[in-house]
Amino acid sequence: MISIQNVRKSFGDLEVLKGISLDVNKGEVLSIIGGSGSGKSTLLYCINAIETIQSGKIIVDDIDVHNPSTNQDKLRQKLGMVFQQWNSFPHLTVLENAALAPRIVKGLSKDEALSIAEKELIHVGLGDKFDMYPTKMSGGQQQRLAIARALAMKPDYMLFDEITSALDPELVGEVLDTLRMLREDGMTMICVTHEIAFARDVSDNVAFFNQGVIEEMGTPDQVINNPQKETTRKFLSKVLS
Amino acid sequence: MNYEFHWNTVFQHMPEMLMGAFVTLHVSVLSMLIGIVLAVLLAIVKMNNIKPFSYLATTWVEIARNTPALFQIYMAYFGLGALGIHLSPYIAVLSALVFVNTGYLVETFRGGFQSIPATQYHASKSLGMNSFQVYRYVILPQMFRRIYHPMTNQFVWSILMSSLGILVGMNELSGETQRLQSLSFRTLEYFIVAACLYYLITKLVLFSAGLASKKLFKGEI
Ligand SMILES: Nc1ncnc2c1ncn2[C@@H]1O[C@H](COP(=O)(O)OP(=O)(O)OP(=O)(O)O)[C@@H](O)[C@H]1O
Ligand SMILES: [Mg+2]
Repeated sequence: MISIQNVRKSFGDLEVLKGISLDVNKGEVLSIIGGSGSGKSTLLYCINAIETIQSGKIIVDDIDVHNPSTNQDKLRQKLGMVFQQWNSFPHLTVLENAALAPRIVKGLSKDEALSIAEKELIHVGLGDKFDMYPTKMSGGQQQRLAIARALAMKPDYMLFDEITSALDPELVGEVLDTLRMLREDGMTMICVTHEIAFARDVSDNVAFFNQGVIEEMGTPDQVINNPQKETTRKFLSKVLS
Repeated sequence: MNYEFHWNTVFQHMPEMLMGAFVTLHVSVLSMLIGIVLAVLLAIVKMNNIKPFSYLATTWVEIARNTPALFQIYMAYFGLGALGIHLSPYIAVLSALVFVNTGYLVETFRGGFQSIPATQYHASKSLGMNSFQVYRYVILPQMFRRIYHPMTNQFVWSILMSSLGILVGMNELSGETQRLQSLSFRTLEYFIVAACLYYLITKLVLFSAGLASKKLFKGEI
């Protein structure tokens, strides 16, 4: 489980996370919604230790993420992440993209790494693109590649940071379908998203972030269908209109 | 104009000229290889502001880019000689070329590194790679592709600049040309042939670099 306990994070004088606490249990899906600059991405970066925190604790399966004695490279193998910007490695083929980390990080043999990569690529519907270079693919395909590349490390958790926001509208569906499929597979996920309908369908819990605090958190029915706070209502009516 | 060309003596000494050309190629290739390794390290040190090495990098770049190569070769040969450190002409020229190549390449590499989005670094980290792996497998291959052209230019520059070896009696192409022409006084003939050989060496290098780039860089950026 991922447990976030009163986490504070600043960039210089700007406090971006002002005491965030939440839990995500194994098999659960948490969606994080909220306005631009509310700290959603920053929280994900803190969970997999790409960013440091000033106070509080983040625990992933009993590992204290920001404890100086924690091996963060090793910890990140548990946490797959996909970003808003397409991040395929442009100098590698699709198959090499997905096989690289299993090969060099986990030390699998070339054949093992390739067969895992092939399996994950087929899973996200890229079975016919192995030898392509990713820059030749659509944004939707590149994001599915990023998902397969992360899954090839067999992570216990997946973090998604607005992975459909940079896509043309007609490509959003295929990527969201891939996420729905992961949910069916039982993957534990934290999804930062602006897709409210998606959040309502797939999430066990939804957290609404506003200026570095969690304004409201609960089931999609509570937060999206029956928001209690004025700020939540305002935000939802803005993104839903 | 009633200069009479006599090519015989040049052709007789062609093996020595070619040997000189080989030494020229040899010293420039080596100066590039060492320069690339040092420049990658210094560029990384400089970008990440790792003290005190970043000071070393800055000083290095400043001196290398703002003083004549001639001066650096003199320093390596006569300057160090005066301090009791006697380098052979080959080592003196090699060190000077390494020094300049590194200075220029640091800045080229830094530009190359900075043109790669930080998200490539984050994505690699998020897959569990350590910093060395991120550079080795993700950043460097992309960086080298982006700066491949300026890097081959630097290579050509090294070949041409190694001709300053003539000043410290090195047996590279210019040094050999100088020595041979002084035996026969067919100065013009020797230097025309030397110029042609320089031209051929640089063309050969550019051609091989072009071939290598096709083999090395397959994907698009
Ligand atoms: N590396 C950084 N250095 C300085 N400030 C930063 C940095 N990263 C983020 N910030 C600031 O922190 C705040 C929160 O940023 P964050 O990216 O977490 O917001 P977000 O909720 O993900 O917004 P968006 O929906 O636009 O992606 C913003 O004001 C942003 O400018
Ligand atoms: Mg964000």
